[in-house]
Amino acid sequence: MAKASRPRLAVWKFASCDGCQLSLLDCEDELLAVADAIDIAYFMEATRGRISGRYDLSLVEGSITTPHDAERIRDIRRISDVVITIGACATSGGIQALRNFADVREYTSIVYARPDYISTLATSTAIADHIRVEFELRGCPINKRQLLEVVSAYLAGRKPVTPAHSVCVECKLRGTVCVMVAHGTPCLGPVTHAGCGALCPSYNRGCYGCFGPMETPNAPALSQHLAELGMEDRAIARLYSTFNADAEPFREERERHGP
Amino acid sequence: MARKTRTIKVDYLARVEGEGAFKVVVRDGAVQSAELSIFEPPRFFEAFMRGRAFSEAPDITARICGICPVAYQMSSVHAMEDALGITVGGPLRELRRLLYCGEWIESHVLHVYMLHAPDFLGYAGAIDMARDHGEIVKKGLALKKAGNDIVNLVGGREIHPINVRVGGFYRIPGKRELADLGETLKSVRDIAVDTVKLVAGFDFPDRSRDYTFVALRHPDEYPFNEGRVVSNRGLDIRVADYDRHFEEVHVARSTALQSRLHGGSYLVGPLARYSLNFDRLAPAAREAARDAGLGTTCTNPFQSIIVRSVEVLHAIDEALRIIETFEQPDRPSVDVVPRAGIGHAATEAPRGLLYHRYRLEEDGSIAEARIVPPTSQNQPSIEEDLRDYVGGWLDLDDEALQHRCEQTVRNYDPCISCSTHFLKLERIEETSG
Ligand code: SF4
Ligand code: SF4
Repeated sequence: MAKASRPRLAVWKFASCDGCQLSLLDCEDELLAVADAIDIAYFMEATRGRISGRYDLSLVEGSITTPHDAERIRDIRRISDVVITIGACATSGGIQALRNFADVREYTSIVYARPDYISTLATSTAIADHIRVEFELRGCPINKRQLLEVVSAYLAGRKPVTPAHSVCVECKLRGTVCVMVAHGTPCLGPVTHAGCGALCPSYNRGCYGCFGPMETPNAPALSQHLAELGMEDRAIARLYSTFNADAEPFREERERHGP
Repeated sequence: MARKTRTIKVDYLARVEGEGAFKVVVRDGAVQSAELSIFEPPRFFEAFMRGRAFSEAPDITARICGICPVAYQMSSVHAMEDALGITVGGPLRELRRLLYCGEWIESHVLHVYMLHAPDFLGYAGAIDMARDHGEIVKKGLALKKAGNDIVNLVGGREIHPINVRVGGFYRIPGKRELADLGETLKSVRDIAVDTVKLVAGFDFPDRSRDYTFVALRHPDEYPFNEGRVVSNRGLDIRVADYDRHFEEVHVARSTALQSRLHGGSYLVGPLARYSLNFDRLAPAAREAARDAGLGTTCTNPFQSIIVRSVEVLHAIDEALRIIETFEQPDRPSVDVVPRAGIGHAATEAPRGLLYHRYRLEEDGSIAEARIVPPTSQNQPSIEEDLRDYVGGWLDLDDEALQHRCEQTVRNYDPCISCSTHFLKLERIEETSG
């Protein structure tokens, strides 16, 4: 393919741990093939470069937590044909959205000696709260197979194949014994969005919801079951309140059980 | 007074993890000041950890950094175990070391091949470099993948592993799985040996300083999870006494705190670890270092790329040793009973010492958390390097100078996401008279 016709990709970072964009560099077997097919035009974690022109595809990692970033995401929308958000930070505000339930001034003074040096918003919010996005890829971190699928699909102009069922269904598909039924281990699998291949249960551990809520989950029913397993309200509230704490169904469950 | 002002801007420092900027002021041909600023938006981990369960610390603190999540998991589980009065030994301890080997390999090789080597070979990044040096980049990727294979098997996935818990693990990898991993590591070991040779041949600026090195030191191991905190200036303390000697300062230009040891700057990471623990390296790693022309200490930060490569070889040999001698434990974790207490731990993240301290309530919930990442400890040192080294490069044109400055920062493989990426160089030249 002629160089000039390769689609241009940009990778952008907001408040995050860099893990989701690192997933691209972790595609060791595919990276060079990807770089042949697309022009990785702006990706600061990997290469020196300048913002210039338009991008066919922008991958956005991280959440909006500062006034400056709320402006910057609008600029990125203007110069991008397609925007795909990657990871829990970008799709639900991430772990740093725990501030949305607290007083951010108090948080600042716990961590910093001079809170007056810090400029931050009271909330950490998803990218889609600020701009239109074409697709949201879940996970903390995202699954790299899913990332490759989504990028290829958008570049080919088709819909990505990313199942919307629960982690619970993924367990059944891979034949993993249910940790809740077999061992009474609390698990968010029934309400969590698929994508990881039911990783935690395959390691004898309950799911902690890092892919966020699936569409239309029945969280109250699960919470009821968790209570029957002996979990206290506070522990149930905590379980929903991690990397996707501000995703609506999880937030509601937290509020029903916690302070 | 006539003033000559020259401003160079790098809008965003590439090939580091996070957002930062720096500013160098030159007057009458002498460097007046050098400041590194970190604009990474604060995420307030220490604040929202309050009230969480002790058992959540490894999963939550992992999210501070996607490049070195294992380091956060290790420092947090050790600190919690210290607070709860339990020790994890035998095969479980070995498995933790194995997991750490995986992260060192993956993180170091990422830096050596993809972030740092392009500086020496004159490319914008590894993908450009691959056009002329395809074989080299492919080998680097294979080596990196082997590191990730370790983290994948022992941790469950490369980024934010799910298998680590206070007390041990959820699942122990089987014999067959470990044996296969051993085969993979053997197949890339030659690449690790060649990497040391390759980077030793790069052209290094002749720069060094009289650094205060700080690292862990263990009676008989190259340090990962345990040891005393020592320096090349006589410091030799228990981790629990860390706060008596080190303090964190908040400077206006950063959302990261800066650390000082007895009021002065110091350096953690590969150079410090190597210089304080050369005698603890695996024999092949020591030999590779000697063949590469390194002494038993290294004070040129540009050569940190050689030290990282030596540590990769060490980590491969250590991982192979663990796999070959591993005995399956009876249980994947030891029992943990919550109680009130204070716990400290420091482990060696790829970028250097990572200190955690927690105070727990009786029910095991976290009352207070403190985390000191390597990059905030190195920040003053990075600034001093700029101040000291830039003076010798003032005859360079703006672009070359800017590149040298960036490289000076990248020597540290700074992980700015950790210390709470955007780099801006302003060169203000002032001439008086
Ligand atoms: S979603 Fe998780 S892995 Fe991805 S950037 Fe945010 S914290 Fe990191
Ligand atoms: S099982 Fe749940 S917590 Fe574990 S990786 Fe999958 S979505 Fe994340």
